Amino acid sequence: MEHTINVNLKIWRQRSPKEPGAFVTYRVENVSTGSSFLEMLDMLNQQLVDKNEEPVVFDSDCREGICGMCSLYINGHPHGPVQGITTCQLHMRKFNNEDTITIEPWRSAAFPVVRDLMVNRNAFDQIQQAGGYVSFNCGGAPDANNLPISKEIADIAMDSATCIGCGACVAACKNGSAMLFVSAKVSQFALLPQGQVERARRARAMVRKMDELGFGNCTNTGACAAECPKNISLSNIARLNREFIKAKFAD
Amino acid sequence: MADLKNLEGMIDSTPIMKDYADIESSKLPEFQIDSKIPEGPLAQKWTNYKAHQKLVNPANKRNLDVIVVGTGLAGASAASSLGELGFNVLNFCIQDSPRRAHSIAAQGGINAAKDYQNDGDSVYRLFYDTIKGGDFRSREANVYRLAEVSNNIIDQCVAQGVPFAREYGGLLANRSFGGAQVSRTFYAKGQTGQQLLLGAYASLNRQINKGTVKSYNRREMLDVVVIDGRARGIIVRNLVTGEIERYAAHAVVLATGGYGRAFFLSTNAMGCNGSAAVQAFKKGAYLANLAFTQIHPTCIPVHGEDQSKLTLMSESLRNDGRIWVPKKKEDAEAIRAGKKKPTDIPDEDRDFYLERRYPAFGNLCPRDIASRAAKERCDAGYGVGTGNAVYLDFKYAIQRLGEAAVRDRYGNLFDMYQMISDDNPYETPMMIFPASHYTMGGIWVDYELQTSIKGLFAIGECNFSDHGANRLGASALMQGLADGYFVVPYTMQNYLSDQIKVPHFTTDTKEFDEAEKGVRDRIARLMAIKGTKSPDQIHKRLGHVMWDLVGMGRTLKSLVKALEEVENVRKEFYSDLRIVGRADDLNTELEKALRLEDFLVIAKMMAIDALNRNESCGAHFREEYQLADGEAARNDKDYMYVSCWKYTGDNEKPVLLKEPLNYTEIKVQTRNYKS
Amino acid sequence: MWLTCSSIGRKLVMAVTGACLVLFITFHCLMNAVAIICPSGYNAVCEFLGANWYALVATVGLAALFIIHIIYAVWLTLQNRKARGADRYAVVSKPAEVEWASQNMLVLGIVIVAFLVVHMIQFWAKMQLAEILGTEYVHDGIEVNPAAGTLFLHIAFSQIWTPVVYIIGFIALWFHMNHGFWSMFQSCGWNGSTWLPRLKTIGCWWTTIVVALFIAEAVVFTVRAHSADFATEVKEYVMDNARTIDAPCGAQDCPSIIVVE
Repeated sequence: MEHTINVNLKIWRQRSPKEPGAFVTYRVENVSTGSSFLEMLDMLNQQLVDKNEEPVVFDSDCREGICGMCSLYINGHPHGPVQGITTCQLHMRKFNNEDTITIEPWRSAAFPVVRDLMVNRNAFDQIQQAGGYVSFNCGGAPDANNLPISKEIADIAMDSATCIGCGACVAACKNGSAMLFVSAKVSQFALLPQGQVERARRARAMVRKMDELGFGNCTNTGACAAECPKNISLSNIARLNREFIKAKFAD
Repeated sequence: MADLKNLEGMIDSTPIMKDYADIESSKLPEFQIDSKIPEGPLAQKWTNYKAHQKLVNPANKRNLDVIVVGTGLAGASAASSLGELGFNVLNFCIQDSPRRAHSIAAQGGINAAKDYQNDGDSVYRLFYDTIKGGDFRSREANVYRLAEVSNNIIDQCVAQGVPFAREYGGLLANRSFGGAQVSRTFYAKGQTGQQLLLGAYASLNRQINKGTVKSYNRREMLDVVVIDGRARGIIVRNLVTGEIERYAAHAVVLATGGYGRAFFLSTNAMGCNGSAAVQAFKKGAYLANLAFTQIHPTCIPVHGEDQSKLTLMSESLRNDGRIWVPKKKEDAEAIRAGKKKPTDIPDEDRDFYLERRYPAFGNLCPRDIASRAAKERCDAGYGVGTGNAVYLDFKYAIQRLGEAAVRDRYGNLFDMYQMISDDNPYETPMMIFPASHYTMGGIWVDYELQTSIKGLFAIGECNFSDHGANRLGASALMQGLADGYFVVPYTMQNYLSDQIKVPHFTTDTKEFDEAEKGVRDRIARLMAIKGTKSPDQIHKRLGHVMWDLVGMGRTLKSLVKALEEVENVRKEFYSDLRIVGRADDLNTELEKALRLEDFLVIAKMMAIDALNRNESCGAHFREEYQLADGEAARNDKDYMYVSCWKYTGDNEKPVLLKEPLNYTEIKVQTRNYKS
Repeated sequence: MWLTCSSIGRKLVMAVTGACLVLFITFHCLMNAVAIICPSGYNAVCEFLGANWYALVATVGLAALFIIHIIYAVWLTLQNRKARGADRYAVVSKPAEVEWASQNMLVLGIVIVAFLVVHMIQFWAKMQLAEILGTEYVHDGIEVNPAAGTLFLHIAFSQIWTPVVYIIGFIALWFHMNHGFWSMFQSCGWNGSTWLPRLKTIGCWWTTIVVALFIAEAVVFTVRAHSADFATEVKEYVMDNARTIDAPCGAQDCPSIIVVE
């Protein structure tokens, strides 16, 4: 049955990217174990507002694990200690009464802190803009069934396309590398026939943008895949390496 | 109408309505509605329109600016398509990336009349099903066009690389959905909305890369700027810096989604809001059919006051699950007190109320019926959990099919349920309860998707849309993409064709000054209240009012009470709101307060619209208007119209305008759920 | 140049140099095994890999591989530290799937380099380097043929600290190579969800066999270095070769005349 717990929170507070941040300790009492982690933070914010203090700023939107808006590095893990879910899907029953929970923002040079726990993930959009698409104008598409795609390939492409762009891979990586994110998109199009025409161009453009934005070099630690809330596989990274190397040798 | 449950229950609320709205004005000639439906037979209308519409040549397109607010399926597809045509597009979203719009959370699928399954589907059948599903309250010509372009959407999305589910032969797979006798729903696992949105986002990215679209993230539209009767720009608040910014364009497209969070708790995302609709309303656009809000029956119930949002469980669960509550009140009380478990209740003490009340459809009866029946049982004191939940039991399915088969069909849903509720649905029944899910009502638009303000378009869920009084499953994605990819890019040209001589707009005009000042004054007014209640606290109170009084079952009494209560909440808002922090800074409390202020307007308009509609149709159920068996008593004679509301002032009564619905190709019938 | 300018290019360089080094290490452990089975054969191998042109070319190549591998490692690490940003996490807790070695490749590499320095002083400096410089190592007053591998083994492993240093080096090598093995396939793109676990298993076996051989060899050499019989044998061999050096035809010119019993 549901019951309530008290938790102590060590939360990173930082007013702007330029100002230094620091941990501030808070206490939230009577949190229902049925509450989600973000609802617990809502409770904290209500407490703060009641005291006329500014609430802790954090991103969240859909709260069902698909929009990729929520982040948070909780007790040493992006999206908290439970694997395969986002922070908004984490529930307070995973914590014990009187636990101290450390909450930090994603930390990566390419994701500067906006405020408190909110970071700027615009770099991901820029990588996608560099080539994460099929150049195809609306209208004039052939009948959808003109292009048979084997179920196996479609399923693998779908697994890659499941990426929600939350940035947990970058947050988890000791190198601040965005390879898992980039590889998921490159893989989706490299697998599907629609993506063949621009295959080499896409891999080159997206990797170039990724490097330019200051993401680190992948050293195959596998932390990204282990912490990915959507279980994007490490084999995507191998596929990206292959796509890029092939594209470069073809030059 | 002979079998009406109780004739004395049929109270005409029209006299009371007059206290809240000016409902006779629609008879005046200056308030006539022109929906600009093209001439010709239904099936030829869109073709004729495209053949005769005015176009803008490519050289002129680059001199024309278009603002698109929103980056969901409708917004992203419109922005990218307009960009592909060559217009200069400015695209805004409140999230940190266009990819996060709430379309991403749509699960089930997208309909199209491809007839790949050879099961007799056709454009006409999709059109007919949509009209019928909407309980004959949608515009025939629009719905036909929607069905017509549905096939293009699938082609377009496949060409973009959307990984739809496929058969082993390599062709596209389909599944069936509620309200249709054919399999016409295309899907990508349980993440169809995500994949379609990422497809549109990819197209958008391509245009951003090319420079035809400029993307503005973390910005919230706070006003529409109207110059000489035409929408010419918007005022936005930069959510990171708190600055107020101005943007000008030749036309403005709103793709800002639905207003379901007027109920506070809903399946919508935290940021979903109705503000753009309210701003447009205040500038002269009509709001239409606001009473039509869809309540989805199978959501995970509310666990407590601190809940922020509700999670939908796929409707498909009702195929094999049996819904019940305890027959005896003492059992329900014991369960609520934690003294008994559901598994302690023997079968003979379980009330399978859907099977009891609707023997023909049983657990598979339509969404609105299932939702209302659950509410009825809970209100009568038979609810479980916190009192607002019913059981969805798979014990019988497991006995019949075996656990492995059940796991195979519903495994991922069961896992999701277990993660949220911590109950194992293989061992103990799931608890479910209805929740606000989608809003059929919204900004009124004509056939061109243009609002009653020239140059202001509304697309996707934020317009009053093609779904009438009730939306069928897998049709929301279809409508969003139809509007964005295939309708607005055409109709926009028709509007802009006489604007080619108008130079790029400057934001240095008195209209922009006024609009910005209005926004600044509004923010200052809210900041100055300095009360004690946070926006969320007041929003929750509003949510309770709306859910209890304007929710699944509405009565004359409840709606009148709702109007009083909304007024009370409004008073509390303006007297006791507290916004901490500064206005010229990142301030999430201010964002919430501004949205809430607009929800208060919508809430009132929802109640007024519901009060006006003295009938039950689709998702709008007035308890006075039901047949003896609990079916909705629709009144086609008096209410076969779109109710459009015109703003006349903050403290003035809104004016009702009626757009009559004429069905030329369809025989209007009563929906039958019984056999 | 994409091998220096792109992250994937740089990783490819690491992978290719790493792959060559794995092959070298594998060859090295097999070569050492000869010293256990047939000490005279080992000396023949040493002779074969003296200061002749092919051995020198191979040595230069090998050195280049090492240097590139090390420079790139340092370079990548510096870039990665920068990418990580200024603020560090206060609490870090790695999931079980993340190999410890993968997070500590640079540290392991440094340990290996330190070991390598010791190892080169003990052997290479006395063998190929001595041969190139023409300054032969003097042991007990006798100039030793640079190809006298067994003697150098005897000298090195009669020191007590040698096997300790070697075993530390081999353990570091095991961790480094165990991760590096599948990692190089991953970086080259020769990988997939089917092959990843296979490559990990193959890599683990390969590494374990190589390192086990090395350790076994170190143990055998240590034991032999402390056994009187073997010391005598080595001594005789050295004396034989000392004669050879005195012969008119130098070992460098006609290695074939060296006859080892």
